[in-house]
Amino acid sequence: MFTIRKYVLAQDLEEAYTLRKKNKNNVILGGTLWLKMGDRSIQNGIDLSRLSLNQVEEEGDSFCVGCMCSLRDLETNQALNQYFQGAMKEALRHIVGVQFRNTATVGGSLFPRFGFSDVLTIMLALDSYVELYDRGVIPMKEFVALPVDEDILTTVFIKKDNRKVSYQSHRITETDFAVLTCAVSYYKGKYSVVLGARPKQAVLIDNVELKDGKNEQEVEAFIAQVVDQVEFGSNMRGSREYRKALAKVLIRRGIREINEMEEEGQEK
Amino acid sequence: MKRIKRNYVNQPIVKKDAASLLSGHPVYTDDLASSNCLIVKLLRSPHAFARIQKIDKTKAMLVPGIEAIFTYEDVPKKRFTLAGQTFPEPSPYDRLILDEWVRFVGDPVAIVAGKDEECVKKAMKLIKIDYEVLEPILDFEQSLDNPILIHPEENYVGHEGQGTDAKRNLCASMIHEEGDVEQALKECDYVIDETYHTKAVNQAMMEPFATFTSMDIYGRVKITSSTQIPFHVRRIVAHALNISKSKVRVVKPRIGGGFGAKQTAVCEIYPAFVTFMTKKPAKLVYTREECFICGSPRHEMEMHVRLGADKNGKIKAIAIHTLSNTGAYGEHGPTTVGLSGTKSISMYTGLSAFKFSYDVVYTNVMSAGAYRGYGATQGIFALESAVNELAHKMNMDPVRIREMNMVHEGDKLTNYYGESTNACALDRCVERIKEMIGWEEKYPYRVVGPNKVRAVGMAMSMQGSCISNIDVGSAQLRLNDDGFYTLLLGCSDMGTGCDTILSQMAADCLGCDMDQIVVRGVDTDQSPYDSGSYASSTTYVTGTAVVKACEKMKERILDAGSSVLGCPREEMEFDGQRVFWAKEEEKGLTLADLVTSLQAGADDVLAAQASHHSPVSPPPFMAGAAEVEIDLETGKVTPIDYVACVDCGTVVNTNLARVQTEGGLVQGIGMALYEDINYTEKGRLKNRNFMQYKIPTRLDMGQIRVDFESSYEPTGPFGAKSIGEVVINTPGPAIADAVYNGCGVRVRTLPITAEKVFMGMMEQNNGK
Amino acid sequence: MKIQMILNGRRIEEDIKPDTMLLDFVRAQGMKSVKRGCDTGNCGLCTVWLNEKPVLSCSTLAVRAADSRVTTLEGVEEEAAEFARYLAEEGADQCGFCSPGFIMTVLALKREIEHPTPDQIKEYLAGNLCRCTGYQSQYRALMKYFGVEEEA
Repeated sequence: MFTIRKYVLAQDLEEAYTLRKKNKNNVILGGTLWLKMGDRSIQNGIDLSRLSLNQVEEEGDSFCVGCMCSLRDLETNQALNQYFQGAMKEALRHIVGVQFRNTATVGGSLFPRFGFSDVLTIMLALDSYVELYDRGVIPMKEFVALPVDEDILTTVFIKKDNRKVSYQSHRITETDFAVLTCAVSYYKGKYSVVLGARPKQAVLIDNVELKDGKNEQEVEAFIAQVVDQVEFGSNMRGSREYRKALAKVLIRRGIREINEMEEEGQEK
Repeated sequence: MKRIKRNYVNQPIVKKDAASLLSGHPVYTDDLASSNCLIVKLLRSPHAFARIQKIDKTKAMLVPGIEAIFTYEDVPKKRFTLAGQTFPEPSPYDRLILDEWVRFVGDPVAIVAGKDEECVKKAMKLIKIDYEVLEPILDFEQSLDNPILIHPEENYVGHEGQGTDAKRNLCASMIHEEGDVEQALKECDYVIDETYHTKAVNQAMMEPFATFTSMDIYGRVKITSSTQIPFHVRRIVAHALNISKSKVRVVKPRIGGGFGAKQTAVCEIYPAFVTFMTKKPAKLVYTREECFICGSPRHEMEMHVRLGADKNGKIKAIAIHTLSNTGAYGEHGPTTVGLSGTKSISMYTGLSAFKFSYDVVYTNVMSAGAYRGYGATQGIFALESAVNELAHKMNMDPVRIREMNMVHEGDKLTNYYGESTNACALDRCVERIKEMIGWEEKYPYRVVGPNKVRAVGMAMSMQGSCISNIDVGSAQLRLNDDGFYTLLLGCSDMGTGCDTILSQMAADCLGCDMDQIVVRGVDTDQSPYDSGSYASSTTYVTGTAVVKACEKMKERILDAGSSVLGCPREEMEFDGQRVFWAKEEEKGLTLADLVTSLQAGADDVLAAQASHHSPVSPPPFMAGAAEVEIDLETGKVTPIDYVACVDCGTVVNTNLARVQTEGGLVQGIGMALYEDINYTEKGRLKNRNFMQYKIPTRLDMGQIRVDFESSYEPTGPFGAKSIGEVVINTPGPAIADAVYNGCGVRVRTLPITAEKVFMGMMEQNNGK
Repeated sequence: MKIQMILNGRRIEEDIKPDTMLLDFVRAQGMKSVKRGCDTGNCGLCTVWLNEKPVLSCSTLAVRAADSRVTTLEGVEEEAAEFARYLAEEGADQCGFCSPGFIMTVLALKREIEHPTPDQIKEYLAGNLCRCTGYQSQYRALMKYFGVEEEA
């Protein structure tokens, strides 16, 4: 169980950042689900609750998701889900339960860049960006590679680029951490794959070409090339070998689902 | 008493405590503890096996608010067991409150008590301990006759007749053979020879272990605890503290589930010791992590089964050898293992020989305990899997092979203390599940999509109703003003509803309304002795005690009526509301009037009591069938439908029996598919919370359908047998066989994970 | 530090530590229906409403509930009793330890979706563990409470 000496309700981001920067035991409070499970002695617990960062908004060509937005808000956001054919809901609905997702925040889920993260997997599959208070706006892919530092994640931007996304995962029980997460996206004739819970952090593979997603041979070759680039590991939930085998199945299913979406789109 | 009509038995009666439980009233242990309790926590060993060389608590004692810190140097040196069993317990006396030796990661090394959690936690960090770290035994197959001795202590006490030998790390051992099994197996046309393995799964009841203690006004230790065994806790604590039992009182409030976990006095001794030493109230509530790392889980077992049949499929010989892992201490070690052979082999009759043998060994992991099914679950997984394998080997339908070999009403049970079945509807249960699941259409599997099949599998199960000649249940009845009864019981309602069920029986015996029966929870100062709620004994044993007490009460009412009215005793009648003279019915008294007339200047109280034990333990039976969907690409097994048909004799409460069955089945499904136990190389449990130990959610169990086939057990109350445990045993073997039927992969170690199934399919493909 | 909130319709002001969790806070306020069942946010036993949304009180800082409405089972007695009757009639109360958190989630579902489908019901309640019932009797009670016709 963690301890907090002082609670600070930040008046603005500058105050929060200055305090955060001062001491590594000054911590930004997300949903406090993970923090609570740890044993940290926190000097200042910094709360961003009152900075209007708890909304999902549609602005121009993007969805803007505030860091204090709950996972449940993201999951149930109609515009977002309609736009991406329910992929966001599919990625989030397995996370423990409604009350957990009401408690957990987007910032708290993304900032630690957890290996098991469903949120990170789906975000990487979308054309998304994070706004860090100090560093500014950077692509999600770049953010994933950064070490966890004292910057503050304030907003996530998701580009409305009309891509198709299919979210796949394999779990032992329905609301458990995934043994493997997989998101396949299709944008302007190009397929990309994100694999997460390997059990390491999600990775985006977007350098393999697949011309015809309906040609089985091509698909298999694509899958083999993607999987070869990815490092898998073992933990209690699954071995390296099994994860690798699962990856192939889930990518194949993702591509198939995207094909179906495409066909539906054409029918309309 | 022909005028009394049965109104409650075999009805879906709402539980007496339902309204209070469902409105969130403070009825559980932690809700009732006073706010001035010292908070008690246990500092635990980080090593699987070590000897404490030095403990320095001086710094920790200086933390403001700390009241006491106890180490092994402060506790009595007499060994005891925490197993909640009737005295003399079969479990060895191998524990101290705190020991110089620590035998698993999590074994307590110090008891810390202080005014709040904060100071206690702070103090725990300041206790300095030097350990001599020893090499542990973590693999139970390596334990027997290992030069490393887990219990080297001189004052270890093993009990006679259990085959205990601490110098061999042997907690218990036995061989029982009838006929010549080797010869019989040789003569068989088909033999299955396989080993099955089940792990130390956790009961995961929603309410953690919790106890608070205080000194009562007479200077005795009063213990309020979430326990299934109040009377055993009284004795165990008295032993542990080395004080007289008269100095201990145990109260059981409502319990948030037990499933056997609370048949071991897991946490009571610690706050009791604090209160005994400091004379101050104390409270210990386990965290979920503590429930996982030092609870009382199922015994891990490995069962070597040899099963032989003649060319027609008649089973002729069964040999089972069980290796059971009792962990660091021997709680329930010598007894759980027995059920792996008695409750499995006895489902089959007409054998020419059988053999059942076992070794129960110590290892450096947490001590096991009692979990619903108590060894039968493990044995039934093994034998029912083997019978399914036999059927496949012979190209027979698994249902057919059961029909040919299962026990019927009136049969002598093969390995069951010479008992025969008075009531057995197992044949009808099998017939019924076959119909319910649609066996003919669905066996062995159907293709339901690309790379998806749905397959079925089945298994049978039996258990007991009480421990024969040992379990005791008692009931006391008092008739009060207005003619309502107080029913005093010593059995523990742990959510199962036994307070309600026993009231139903009493109301029907006495011919009154349920509202006229007031039940009391357990208080060892007031309740009549009961061995406790375990071994599926409450309905059967305590139920019979209730029936007997009611019969006595009716006699007492007739006696009293006769003397008040001045009518001849033998001509008196009682219809539940009035006692009257049969010859002139107007000459009578309502119960209320009877009590009133007895209260003024009377010499007697209208009370009756009875106790019961049973020379037999009639088995309830059941059959279960699973339909699962198998993803042939990933190996994922999804439960679709589970059907079960139970013979528990007369169903006393139709709702509660159904819910017991459904609940037991889902626990069984959890054990079959999800619940896994893994240790690190150093013996630290990895599955130590609900994040890593996955019990089924409502999305993980499919549909459950339950039916009953009645039988009438003449030795049971209203013809009832038990139901609590028998219901957990079928999912393991039934799902394992469904998986085999769907994809040809046989999993012999639970849980059946997608990875095991997938790897099995890969091996098959490589073999082709 | 001082916080104010509306707990079950009553305005309260209390002095708390910055790391007091909402679960401990409401229990100290006498709301003993709120239970602790795990250390990891997985069991749902501690579910309360924060501004009418079900949250895990074990993992929510009490200070986060400042100037908000917090509701426990004690605050929705009548509404809860209606559903509780369905549970009791199925024998689905069993040990009762998970009931308060479960009922709070059911009532939240009712407010969010008046006529949920069976799948929506199961999914919404997936975060509420129960070890006694095997969920099936709860499900029967839920079908009746929400007036869902079971498919034959």
